[in-house]
Amino acid sequence: MLDAIDKKLLAEVADLHEIPRGAFNIRKNGQGVERNTTANIDIITKKDKPGIDVIIKPGTKEESVHIPVILSESMEDMVYNTFEVGEDSDVLIVAGCGIHNPSGEKAQHDGIHEFFIRKGARMKYVEKHYGEGDGGGVRILNPKTIIEVEENATAELEMVQIKGIDSALRETEVCLHKNASLIVTERLLTYLNQTAESNITVNLLGDDASAQIISRSVAQNRSKQVFHLNMRGYAKCRGHIQCDSIIMDQAQVSSVPEISAFDSDAQLIHEAAIGKIASEQLTKLMSLGMTEKEAEETILKGFLK
Amino acid sequence: MLEVKNVGLTLKGDEGEVQVLKDVNFTLEDKKIYVMTGPNGGGKSVTAKTIMGIHQPTSGRILLDGVDITHKEIFERARMGIGYAFQQPARFKGIKVRELLEIASGKNASADTCDHLHDVGLCAQDYLDREINASFSGGEVKRIEIATILARDLKLAIFDEPEAGIDLWSMQRLTETFEKMNKKYNTTILIISHQERILDLAAEVIMVAEGTVSEITSREKILGEISRLDSDCRCRRDCSRGGKAIAGCDR
Repeated sequence: MLDAIDKKLLAEVADLHEIPRGAFNIRKNGQGVERNTTANIDIITKKDKPGIDVIIKPGTKEESVHIPVILSESMEDMVYNTFEVGEDSDVLIVAGCGIHNPSGEKAQHDGIHEFFIRKGARMKYVEKHYGEGDGGGVRILNPKTIIEVEENATAELEMVQIKGIDSALRETEVCLHKNASLIVTERLLTYLNQTAESNITVNLLGDDASAQIISRSVAQNRSKQVFHLNMRGYAKCRGHIQCDSIIMDQAQVSSVPEISAFDSDAQLIHEAAIGKIASEQLTKLMSLGMTEKEAEETILKGFLK
Repeated sequence: MLEVKNVGLTLKGDEGEVQVLKDVNFTLEDKKIYVMTGPNGGGKSVTAKTIMGIHQPTSGRILLDGVDITHKEIFERARMGIGYAFQQPARFKGIKVRELLEIASGKNASADTCDHLHDVGLCAQDYLDREINASFSGGEVKRIEIATILARDLKLAIFDEPEAGIDLWSMQRLTETFEKMNKKYNTTILIISHQERILDLAAEVIMVAEGTVSEITSREKILGEISRLDSDCRCRRDCSRGGKAIAGCDR
């Protein structure tokens, strides 16, 4: 069912070299190809629209769900996935989309992921996007992520997109209730004529809710990046946005901060920086024996780690 | 081992060209420890950076073991065995102490790596997996910078004011480390410093002022001069020349 190209895409997006253990659902070119459920994690196909419901029983610990999507031909694919993370559970969810588009046509994957993290639960969500293909076909990704984090629950999001995607529009919306916490780490590298836009809105609704967004990006060649990171505090809460971009060649980066407080006990911080690779970093690595090119690669690799 | 011959350097600044080095001449012999001292802004760091290749001389020549390195790139000089510990070291988001030391030594972290950190007064367990980012204090990045030089197998190691940010307790250990590096690995060492403890290590002292080498002398002479200034110079407080040995106070 899975050929060499599929396996390579799976390795890139889900760190999977074989069929994963635990619960998983592999979607290829708009069709589910393989699925596995466990005693605690159920996966059900939606009846009214394309997509799945992933239901994690309360108290489920140390289990993982992999839901990779593969596009190996030109097409438009749209999925709606809903995740119910039960009370006091602790799980890892790995999503990702690999596009191999050998044609000259467009390959597009749009996904809406909706998460309900119930009271006291912890969820780590890893989303990797990767594209390849030798034709002139355009690879487009428009993921939308909506997350509801209930009392005392924790959501950790890791969103990675390295090269390969020509046009990406990423929308993320999070609501945090009492004592809920959120950590978002975003890593983005664009090159050639790629464009990427990331809009993250975090609503801190309950007392003692906390959120941290750490976004690091590298824009090379003539690529363009836009970040709208928005934090809104409606209670006694803490929020911190760090947005750091390295700009190279003829690239363009816009970082648009927005923090709004609707409660006098809300503490919100936004830090944003755009700049070239620091010359003293390059000089230091060259003085340890690296060529300028090697030094540059080492710095970028560390920065995007 | 290193010959600096008539080296001059002109840099372009905001206000046009400035000659920062002129006719710099000195020779470093194998396996010796040298200390370079002199007033601030006199050209010590620029001389060191010109040896490392960070500045390319506008005139003169630099030879390493008889090979002309005047126009060699930084990485070529590094691969030939020259190392430079920066006065103000860079920080790296996302690069860990372990990784930087591995880049420096060219091999995986080992017991030696821990020793190098220990030599600069840091505990390997606490530091190896930390990123060299803004969470580090000035003293900590300075120590790591020195460790990156200790980790390398060098013919010539240059340290630019290593004492800055290092507390007195660690100074003792640091001077011992320089001696060990010199004896065990036969590394020629050039240290830019104003510290008496470090001057004590010097086989010769190179005085740099106003963009050139003003004198090559012994540590005894320099230390003697400092103590003479301290005891003899009654006018020191209001001395128009700042009461510094190199300023030529003739009392």
